[in-house]
Amino acid sequence: MPRLSASSQHRIRFTLNGRLVSGFAEPRMLLSDFIRHVIGATGTHVGCEHGVCGACTVQIDGAPARSCIMLAVQAEGADIRTVEGLAPPTRLSPLQNAFRDNYGLQCGFCTPGILMSLDALLRDRPDATEPEIREVLSGHLCRCTGYGSIVKAALAAARRLREESPHA
Amino acid sequence: MKPAAFDYVRAESLEEVLDVLANEGTDARVLAGGQTLIPMLSMRMARPSVVIDIMRLPGLDRIEGAEGTIRVGAAVRQRHVEQYANLVSSQPLLAAALPWVGHAQTRHRGTVCGSVAHADPSAELPLVLITLKGEIELRSRRGSRRVAAESFFIGIMSTDCGVDEMIEAVRFPIARAGVGYAFREIGRRHGDFAIVACAATVDARTARLAIGGVADRPTVRDLPLPGDPGLDDALDAFAWDLEARDDLHATAEYRRQLVRRLGRQTLEEAARCRD
Repeated sequence: MPRLSASSQHRIRFTLNGRLVSGFAEPRMLLSDFIRHVIGATGTHVGCEHGVCGACTVQIDGAPARSCIMLAVQAEGADIRTVEGLAPPTRLSPLQNAFRDNYGLQCGFCTPGILMSLDALLRDRPDATEPEIREVLSGHLCRCTGYGSIVKAALAAARRLREESPHA
Repeated sequence: MKPAAFDYVRAESLEEVLDVLANEGTDARVLAGGQTLIPMLSMRMARPSVVIDIMRLPGLDRIEGAEGTIRVGAAVRQRHVEQYANLVSSQPLLAAALPWVGHAQTRHRGTVCGSVAHADPSAELPLVLITLKGEIELRSRRGSRRVAAESFFIGIMSTDCGVDEMIEAVRFPIARAGVGYAFREIGRRHGDFAIVACAATVDARTARLAIGGVADRPTVRDLPLPGDPGLDDALDAFAWDLEARDDLHATAEYRRQLVRRLGRQTLEEAARCRD
C-alpha cells in the first residue's frame, strides 16, 4: 500500500499533450499548480481555486475537469491534455480560429479552460446544438464577453469541423 | 488557497482502507472523485492528517442491478451513472436529477457516494436517495451495515457514517409500475447550489415530496395527492416546518414560497408521469 508522506516530495508521472512528463510534489499539491509550476505549462490558468470558475479546466483521460480540485498525486498515470495540446506552436486549431474570428475572447483569462471543454464537446458531438454548448459553458465564468460571442464561436467551429470531415 | 499538509494513501484493497480508518479514523478522510473534498481541503474546512484515495481499488467502480435496486459503488462517477443503460426507465428520478448535480465538468470526476457522504443540505443525490427510500452500505473493520437514507442524514454535512466507516455503495430502488417521478430545482444559475430542490413520487394512494436546500438536511413528507383540497395547507405546513433561514442566496420567505409552488408543481408533474 503506497503511503506518500506529507512532508516529502514524490515523483509523479503522467502524459501531458502526448508526451510523458514527470516531476516531484508533496501530496497536497494541486494538479493545476503542478502543471504550471513544476512542469512549466502555463497555458492552464488558475482563477478561483475551488472549482467554481472553470478557468483551470483540462482534459483528463479525455473528459474535461477542473485541475484545481484534483491533487497532482491523483493524476499518476493519467492522460492529460491542456490548451497547449490543441495545435502545434504558432498555429491555431479550428476552434481557436473560430474564437479569434468571432471575438470569443477579450482578456483571455477564461479562454484556455473554455477551449478544453468545447474541444471535448465538439469531438463527442460534432452536431452540438446551441443549448448543448450553453450547458457546457455553464461550467465556466467569463466576465468580459457576456458569452454570446463564445456561443457564436463554438457554433462556427462546429460548422467548420463538419465541413472538414463531412463523413465523421 | 492551498490544502494543509497530509499523508496520501493510494489504497489497493478495501482492507487497507478499513485499516487506516480503524487506526486513524478521526484524522482520516476518504478521497473518491474529490469534487467536494479537495475544495474543503483548500479552504481548510477539512484538515485531515491522512487522505485515502479509493479510486484505484478493484470492484468499487461497479454499477449494477441488485435486489430491485441500482447499486452504485463508491468509485462510480456521476457521469457513469448518467450513461447507465436504460437509466430513464429503470429510475427516472435519478435520471432527472443528475443533470442538476454540479456541471458536466465536475460530474466527470465526482462520485455518487461522495456526494452522499458529504451531505450538503442542498445536494440533489441525497435528496433522490431519501425520496426513493434508498439505502447506504457502510463498511468498517467491525463489519457491514445498511442504513436507510431517511436516518443517514442527520444535519449539515453530518451523517450516520462513523469515523472508522466508509460508504461502500448506495442503493437506489428501481422504478415501480404505477408510480410517477419528478424533480425540479431553482438556483441562481444551472449548476449552482439549489435554493430549493424538490423530488416527488406519486402513486394511486400516496404522494411523497422531498425538499432540499431549506432545512439542515434533505427532508421528506407524505402529502395529500394532487387534486386533494388539503394539499395547499399541507404544503404550507411543510414549508414552515422546514425552518427556512435567510442567507446570501435567498430569503426564508422566498424559500417557503418555493416549497409551496415548486413543491406543488413537482407533485403535479409526478402525478402526470404515472403509468
